[in-house]
Amino acid sequence: MLIRKRSSNPVLPSEITPQAVFESRRKFLQGSASIAGIAAGTGLGLLAPVRGEAAIAVDPEATGKDIESVVESAWRVDEELNSWSDITTYNNFYEFGTDKGDPARYADEFTPLPWTLEVGGECEKPGRIGYEEIIAPHRIEERIYRLRCVEAWSMVVPWVGISLGDLLNRFAPTSKAKYVAFRTVHRPEEMRGQRGGSLSWPYIEGLRIDEAMHPMTLLAIGIYGKMIPNQNGAPIRLVVPWKYGFKSIKSIASIEFVEKQPDTSWNLAASREYGFYSNVNPEVNHPRWSQARERRIGEFFKRDTLMFNGYAEEVGALYAGMDLAKNY
Amino acid sequence: MEKIPDTGAKSRPASPMPSVAQKRERFVSRAKIVVFVLASLPFAALLLRAFQGDLGANPVEEITHVTGEWALRLLIVTLMITPLRHLIGAVWPTRLRRMLGLFAFFYLLMHFLTYAILDASLDPAYIVQDVIDRLYITAGFAAFLMLIPLAITSTNAMVRRMGPVRWRRLHRLAYPAAIAGALHFLWLVKADKGEPLIYASILALLLVARLPPLSRRLQALGNLRKTRLAAPKATP
Repeated sequence: MLIRKRSSNPVLPSEITPQAVFESRRKFLQGSASIAGIAAGTGLGLLAPVRGEAAIAVDPEATGKDIESVVESAWRVDEELNSWSDITTYNNFYEFGTDKGDPARYADEFTPLPWTLEVGGECEKPGRIGYEEIIAPHRIEERIYRLRCVEAWSMVVPWVGISLGDLLNRFAPTSKAKYVAFRTVHRPEEMRGQRGGSLSWPYIEGLRIDEAMHPMTLLAIGIYGKMIPNQNGAPIRLVVPWKYGFKSIKSIASIEFVEKQPDTSWNLAASREYGFYSNVNPEVNHPRWSQARERRIGEFFKRDTLMFNGYAEEVGALYAGMDLAKNY
Repeated sequence: MEKIPDTGAKSRPASPMPSVAQKRERFVSRAKIVVFVLASLPFAALLLRAFQGDLGANPVEEITHVTGEWALRLLIVTLMITPLRHLIGAVWPTRLRRMLGLFAFFYLLMHFLTYAILDASLDPAYIVQDVIDRLYITAGFAAFLMLIPLAITSTNAMVRRMGPVRWRRLHRLAYPAAIAGALHFLWLVKADKGEPLIYASILALLLVARLPPLSRRLQALGNLRKTRLAAPKATP
């Protein structure tokens, strides 16, 4: 019988207040004298730490460091969290190799900061912005989402990030912006998987504009209150919790507003298996894996997969009237 | 091993020098022990890692991968026996084949049970659906089914009962089983086909080596080697 040790700590991860949240509260208390007015106005103190020089670590060694000024969001799945070790050692990030352990093994060859994000296409204010500039105007939230991989395994991850829609609106997309195309950075010298041909590089993904603007769609910058590790898609990655994991593109270098449905890497590699939408759907059979059930990492037997990964209430309306078997 | 200085005068009728046949027997039984230990090692390592909680975030997947890989590897090693025998012109490799084949089956059985119990929750409908819907599972399942009769008829008693001709004919199922195993691996991989292609190439090579013209050439090489070894040491 195999009994996996979660950790030597008897306290369940779900019982722990993430370090950053804890610290952000404490920081709030410490600074409360000077910002008493705002604090009184908001009551909960949630908005207090957000504006101003959001204290984002910017040195190149920052990955793994704490993100400050994180507020708890209402998006919190009430399920046991996966451990830091589960989340950071079991990854599909083919840029570093196809083995689940490869990203953790080789991602230290990658330097995530400084970072430049290029935003363009059908928008009024295209531009290139750096890491701080991406994040600074926004409220940094912790959101606990289920993550469902198309390979029929899943995790529960405490992400830290900003609403993607808020970021996109800064570039004033025009009415021609029907879709959003994303591209991962292309650095074969730092990403050994890109020196091979498992996929065509750089990795590309896409969303419909309403999906991209949906309040649940997150641009993640951290996990467990710490800056997102390289193997999880540093320094910025997408998290679209109702879609299979490969839609949540990592290490995003470019975002483009486009009029036509953009190409996506896995669809180009095997169109019969990976559609543009790739919404988690237990009823749409996949040629490779039954999607009816999934193995939650940390559990031995499989559990039933939920429609839209359990977010049907939140996102079902986006797909009203669509044939989801055809638009898989 | 005893180290008795050979004075030549010591050979008494009570302890005769081992005959060639006895020497060969001793060699084969030692080789069997080595094969047994080597073929058990992956399973022992897997158990050790399991008890240490060292199978990673998804232990079930790791067990599935390790057992499946070793089943295929050992099946391929089993198919190396005949070409090896031809090449070196000696019969002894054949005597290791049953153990290798049974180890391949053992790993395949563990592979299948991991899938059936932990992935499919022993739900026959789920397994049947998987076998029908997914070609790589069809191939893997076929390989498993083909190896079952081979494992059952692997005993000396069964060889005797079936007669060597029928037995050998049945055991040719090892070829389609190995091909199905290699295809199972090739078809299940999402993007990086490198590793499964290595297995497929080795298997293809081993099957080609059985084509009569090549097989004859291998045997000729083996015979040449044998006669050279048997020949008395000629002039320096």
